[in-house]
Amino acid sequence: MRRLTWIIATLAALAGLTALTGCGDGSDDNTIPVATVGPLTGQYASNGQQMKQGATLVVEDLNAAGGVLGKQLKLEIGDDACDPKQAVAVAGQMVGEGVPLVAGHFCSGSSIPASQIYGDADTVMISPASTNPALTDDRAGPNIYRVCGRDDQQGKVAGEYIAKHFAGKNIAFVHDKTAYGKGLADETKKAMNAAGLQEKLYEAISAGEKDYSALVSKLKRNDIDLIFLGGYHTEAGLIARQMRGQGMDTVLMGGDALVNQEYWSITGKAGEGTLMTFSPDPRKNPAAKDVVARFEAKGIEPEGYVLYTYAAMQAWAQAAEKAGSTASSDVIKALNDTEFDTVIGKFRFNEKGDPSLPPYAVYRWHDGDYAEIEK
Amino acid sequence: MEYFLQQLINGIALGSIYGLIAIGYTLVYGIIGMINFAHGDVFMVGSFIALIAFIGLLSIGITFIPLALILVLLVAMLLTAVWGWTIERVAYRPLRASFRLAPLITAIGMSIVLQNFVQVSQGARVKTLQPVITGGYELMHAENFAVSLSNIQILIVVTTIALMTAFWLLIDRTPLGRSLRACEQDRMMAALCGVNVDRTISLTFVMGAALAAVAGLLYLLYYGVIDFFIGFIAGIKAFTAAVLGGIGSLPGAMLGGMIIGLIETFWSAYFTIEYKDVAAFSMLALVLIFFPSGLLGRPEVEKV
Repeated sequence: MRRLTWIIATLAALAGLTALTGCGDGSDDNTIPVATVGPLTGQYASNGQQMKQGATLVVEDLNAAGGVLGKQLKLEIGDDACDPKQAVAVAGQMVGEGVPLVAGHFCSGSSIPASQIYGDADTVMISPASTNPALTDDRAGPNIYRVCGRDDQQGKVAGEYIAKHFAGKNIAFVHDKTAYGKGLADETKKAMNAAGLQEKLYEAISAGEKDYSALVSKLKRNDIDLIFLGGYHTEAGLIARQMRGQGMDTVLMGGDALVNQEYWSITGKAGEGTLMTFSPDPRKNPAAKDVVARFEAKGIEPEGYVLYTYAAMQAWAQAAEKAGSTASSDVIKALNDTEFDTVIGKFRFNEKGDPSLPPYAVYRWHDGDYAEIEK
Repeated sequence: MEYFLQQLINGIALGSIYGLIAIGYTLVYGIIGMINFAHGDVFMVGSFIALIAFIGLLSIGITFIPLALILVLLVAMLLTAVWGWTIERVAYRPLRASFRLAPLITAIGMSIVLQNFVQVSQGARVKTLQPVITGGYELMHAENFAVSLSNIQILIVVTTIALMTAFWLLIDRTPLGRSLRACEQDRMMAALCGVNVDRTISLTFVMGAALAAVAGLLYLLYYGVIDFFIGFIAGIKAFTAAVLGGIGSLPGAMLGGMIIGLIETFWSAYFTIEYKDVAAFSMLALVLIFFPSGLLGRPEVEKV
């Protein structure tokens, strides 16, 4: 069974490749190329997969409804592997092809350098998932947007949750040195300290490694009750597994990058009780009901950033319709003063390019699934 | 004290895996004087074969874990050995008479080929295996710190010691070992004395790959998460271990692996984890200043 899923994953990867090689012929006048860029390879590939699934369906839906400005959309998919260098290269490629919209990237560490490329070009970038504040605080151009929350908002919710529910306990902060991981850990620490709780340990790990046993023993010696990890689901999964392996019941808490079924496939039972922060589940949004059903009919669970990618393209399509053009200067005007009605709810962009979305919530993993918990 | 012991256990388990991979580098270097950069990826292929074999066995109903593990081990060693043999035959043997850098370049090429092959054929996402060998012991109790030794850590160390002993006997006591040592000293002279050099070199690659497969299986069981890229990091660390111990020396590879594993662990334990790789590589630099051919390596004697 697992082999079968690999075969499917391989075919999907190959399909991604062909989609990329098919880029050159998108120039005929009846189609508009739009792109999504995320990690389709590497250890965060399952996150990129979420983006790809969301983008594929939204393009299908928009085309079925008549396209944008009477033209059909043509989806291009780029792979940045969450690598800043590759992200810049892919961004350059998309700009070179004159793609008017990039719904990307995923990792903040690749979105920020890529935004420098889009900022100088005629391509609107709407990141569905990059939460590092710097993306819009140090905005590379007026054409950079995101449809997800920010780590200072996320860190505030996480930090206050820890200070409230783990008052007087031993807390450790660990980050993976990436823009996302360190940013989130620091924001959470700041909020927690402001609420009057000091951490006992602050460490950095290298992403991509598998052996965190030394870290885990260190947590054990410091009698840590909760470890907050600024990082992605693979490292979080390994740490959770190795903590249980050493007989510890320390709680692991992470951010939105853990909203991914692959986390549970790594941890199994060791993931029980893991906490994470994420926006209120967009799947429960009444406006998303039809779309969620369509995803599920295709065997896709629209979790994590699937619907955000869908919404990023929806927002752009609505803005382009309103502007009557796909030129970025016109689309930007429409993006700035329209209220969008998308699968993640109604929102506007503020002057920084951040969306007005409901605040983050705390989730808990239980028995292979996660649900929002009381604050 | 308890904390020290716990970190020692962590370090030895990690060092054993590094050591097993490092042997592959050292064997090949010892015999033909080239760095087989594809070896880390052979290790990665080994762990994938092990995972596929394991799932295959479970799906045909072999659920008795010890039997399944032994079968997986045999399948992984056999198939990975075939990979090792093929790589040598295709990429290195045709270039053996060429200039020194040529096989080095094909080795890097081979490494990329293996990575991309696995990425395309198995997908880019991580593959996971839930813990197969669970349980363990609590060795010591301090106030709030229990030293845990898991069964999988015991398995790793026991397997490593057993394989090292078997290998040492193989090289020291058997005719095959004699031809290996002869080729290492002087390939031309060995050939003149009737040693089949090509066959001996092929066998070196086969053995190195089989050991890498064992390491791959242990890695899979210990961490439970593999992807097509694991060969790179593990390969770099193991290569460092081989150089540190003295490349070309079998006990040196094991010693180097242990040292790298222990330095990484103890640095993480008592200093900041952020700089553990810096610590390990600084150690390498220091050792090479005082022992230019590694801890147990023999200095290269210029043949006149």
